[in-house]
Amino acid sequence: MSRRGGPAEVNAGSMADIAFLLLIFFLVTTTIETDAGLDRMLPPIEPPTEEPPVIKEKNIFTVNINRNGQLLVEDELTDIKKLREKAMAFLDNGGAPSGSPEYCSYCKGKRLSESSDNPAKAIISLKNDRETKYSTYITVQNELVGAYNDLRNREAQRLYKRDFTDMESEYLNPETDASRKEDLKEKVKRIQDLFPQKLSEAETGSSN
Amino acid sequence: MSKFAKKKDAGLPAVNTASLPDIVFMLLFFFMTVTVMKDNSLKVENTLPNASETKKLEKKDRVIYIYVGEPTSQYVAQFGKEARIQLNDKFSAPSDVGDYILQERAKKPQELQNVLTTALKVDKNANMGLISDIKQQLREVNALKVNYTTYDGDAFNNLQ
Repeated sequence: MSRRGGPAEVNAGSMADIAFLLLIFFLVTTTIETDAGLDRMLPPIEPPTEEPPVIKEKNIFTVNINRNGQLLVEDELTDIKKLREKAMAFLDNGGAPSGSPEYCSYCKGKRLSESSDNPAKAIISLKNDRETKYSTYITVQNELVGAYNDLRNREAQRLYKRDFTDMESEYLNPETDASRKEDLKEKVKRIQDLFPQKLSEAETGSSN
Repeated sequence: MSKFAKKKDAGLPAVNTASLPDIVFMLLFFFMTVTVMKDNSLKVENTLPNASETKKLEKKDRVIYIYVGEPTSQYVAQFGKEARIQLNDKFSAPSDVGDYILQERAKKPQELQNVLTTALKVDKNANMGLISDIKQQLREVNALKVNYTTYDGDAFNNLQ
């Protein structure tokens, strides 16, 4: 060996092959999981003897989806892009007169007497056809959840200068430490009580 | 003059490939960290719809998965084009969902049994009729917490 050549070079050509082999093994045996979605609670099955509670018609916001993906909101054919706006107007209406116990002090709506009394009373009722496409249903759900989130964000900004969705995700994150969680829990609860999510789903009709 | 002649003899130097393994290992580690092992192979199409108001499913041990969609091309001859439910590794009828949830719940440790979430991974082309049947079954076994698993994105993309 000549002095100028230095030490002999190790042939690392096969190392790349081995790494590729491992890489391809991982590519075929694993998946990238999607682990986010819309959280919902299903209604429990009520005992048949129980009388359903009486709810005033003006406190119900009806959304009907037909098999062609068309939307009937409060008996009015509506574009899906307008749904969030309409739902927010309904929830935020605060129709109860000032002075009454149901008066909503934080609502910024139009306070129409024929729409919902206050956000705690307001119920969104969603009905869909058996032939409705799942993707349409998810879009509608997304818009309705979005309406609640937007209103909650507004109140959270007013009270705590922070978005509600942001606070909630920090609260639900298992890496958040306990003392911080305790503090957040109260705030999250308070905002949730201002706009409680009341989204009811009627049993699916076979046709309409 | 002799100096020039010497250099010509050496010919082309070999391309140095020493950094190639490093690059491949980098890719390998990336895949190892962002993916998880497949626990069951999907037999249904599973293109999830998009939604923007999503919440993350945090604890993996508290989730039961239900897949719904058209059978993939190799099963079409056997099961047809209609959307089906896949529980564990096989196609199932809507009436099996209740039993499946109870079975899975029994496998979990006692303290987790009341906080389980059912993740519905439904193909965007499925019909709501099947989903309603599943939801009814879930209500019957009192598994009320559901998560409609979606991709992150603009929900209006679903409509096209």
